[in-house]
Amino acid sequence: MTFGLSESMRREVYATALALLVAMAAGSVLILIWGVSPARVYGTLLAETWGSEYGFGQVLFKATPLIFTGLAVAVAYRAGLLTVGAEGQMAAGAFATAIVAAALPADTSAAVALPLALCAGMGTGAVVGALPGWLRARFGAHEVITTIMLNFVVAALVMWAGRTGQFVTETTHTREIVAGAHLASLGLGSSAANLSFVLALIFAAGVAWFFGRTRTGFEWRLVGASASTAEASGIKVRRVIVMAMALSGALAGAVGANTVLGDKHYFEEGLARGAGFMGIAVALLGRGGPFGVVLSALLFGTLAHGGFVVNALVPRELVEVLQAVIVLTLLATSAAIRRAVTNAGGAKEGA
Amino acid sequence: MEGILTFAFLAQVLRITVPYALAALGGTLSERAGVVALALEGMLLGGAFATTIVAHATGSVALGALAGVAGGALVAATYGLVVLRFAADQVVASVATNLLLLGLTPFLSGLAFGSSASSPPIPGFGPDVLLEPLFWTALVLVMGVAWLLQRTAFGLRLRAVGDHPDAAASVGIPVIRVRWVAVLLSGALAGLGGAWLALSAAGFTDEMSGGRGYIALAAVIMGKWRPAAAALACLFFGFAEALQLNLQAAGGGVPRELVQMLPYVLTIVALTGFIGRSRAPNALGRPR
Repeated sequence: MTFGLSESMRREVYATALALLVAMAAGSVLILIWGVSPARVYGTLLAETWGSEYGFGQVLFKATPLIFTGLAVAVAYRAGLLTVGAEGQMAAGAFATAIVAAALPADTSAAVALPLALCAGMGTGAVVGALPGWLRARFGAHEVITTIMLNFVVAALVMWAGRTGQFVTETTHTREIVAGAHLASLGLGSSAANLSFVLALIFAAGVAWFFGRTRTGFEWRLVGASASTAEASGIKVRRVIVMAMALSGALAGAVGANTVLGDKHYFEEGLARGAGFMGIAVALLGRGGPFGVVLSALLFGTLAHGGFVVNALVPRELVEVLQAVIVLTLLATSAAIRRAVTNAGGAKEGA
Repeated sequence: MEGILTFAFLAQVLRITVPYALAALGGTLSERAGVVALALEGMLLGGAFATTIVAHATGSVALGALAGVAGGALVAATYGLVVLRFAADQVVASVATNLLLLGLTPFLSGLAFGSSASSPPIPGFGPDVLLEPLFWTALVLVMGVAWLLQRTAFGLRLRAVGDHPDAAASVGIPVIRVRWVAVLLSGALAGLGGAWLALSAAGFTDEMSGGRGYIALAAVIMGKWRPAAAALACLFFGFAEALQLNLQAAGGGVPRELVQMLPYVLTIVALTGFIGRSRAPNALGRPR
């Protein structure tokens, strides 16, 4: 109980620190093979992300979709579901956001346009999320596979809808949204950081409140911990599964706020690609807690923007390797620690 | 439409099908042993890259193909280390493995060829797919894997480990070791699929696996976790893809996106049980 941290939390901190160290070491090896000094690369990475106003803004901008998708994965995980569908829900949601925000009359006020555009995105995300939830609840179809398959289905549908009328001719982006639906910039240098970062923080706080303070949130967690116990105590498990997947989809669908409303002002094919899969990493690194999700999204956002700033020294693919190594090491170490504790501590720690 | 069923068209179908089928065979072995086969995408990519490096250095198609096998197995070993040695969550580890290869292959490509986007041309296949030894190898492998799984003692152990690991362990089957063999074999097979991709395109390009690992997994599920049926599902997907490519060239008919969706939609339908019960191995995804 040193430093007010419980034994299990200390173990998590050790595991995370170890994962970061291993990733840095692996990265150093690759950087050395490339023939550059690792200190110079890591120094540049740090200086041009957290060390400058623009860099910091870009970190927040890159972290924002990761918070949304990280929360999406975390919410489902709390209810005992592993979703890989954030990628598709994100694409569908952002597309819907852009279509609605572009279809509004040109003089629509922000008070009307912003909620409408956001609700379109979250609603669409919720539908795309609820479908695998329903398939799981009704047919027992495993959500990991159905969400992966739906990602491809959504990508194809978006392309189809885009190509047959929604995209500006000869491009893969939609029309410009109305001025009222623009989200204000945070004013950090010329960075793309915008108010949706604040929105993401509010959602994170909301998720924390939901699981920590509400009865429904408690029921969802019970379903996640033991579906049979939950069923026995009168909770409608199937409904919880569908609802949790819908909420997860809604959170992923909110991503459009960042790129569509806050930055580009249109939907572009492939926008924020990879953020869905990265959401799994973010949720894992953040241990499924909303606060942890925000922190790990900031770390991954730093790496994402860091890739661009070090691109003159080493290829930016290096940061993708770093991100993957962090996740793999973290998986290995936390699983190993968990097992070591279970073997040594027996019933006291449980598992 | 009658003109479409030509020999050239069938050759195109086969050319598309082979990497799917090889990866799906690997996926079947892995999943029947109880290990989630979502990392096929990374294995394909690793195989394609290793093939390119060796074929470029030696000028030999055969050595390139062997390197693909080794490359895929190496990716599988990384994945196995995390999920078998450390018993980590297989889905998350798969996603991370795929991300690792998506980053590592362009990095190494930049290192080896000075371009992270594509490699210089390597010796590849000739125009006639039926004259390629690798094609006949793939065909033999389909039968070989089916035989291994259904007719050998090892296949019996592998299935036991995937369905009832506790029971298997209690009769003395080394569960983890059998799973290691299955995962490494899946990497070798998917790696050969990657080799096919690289040799077929005569070079490596960034993200050249292009989601084929996921289609292969879809075929595993469509084939109800049986090797020959999975290969047939791949043939069907290959047929649909070739048809779509030709319709696109002809400039009409069904929108190409809807044809692209087909394997994924069919997989979802298969999972709901509308086309016969599709049951996953009992212990799939459980560390032990």
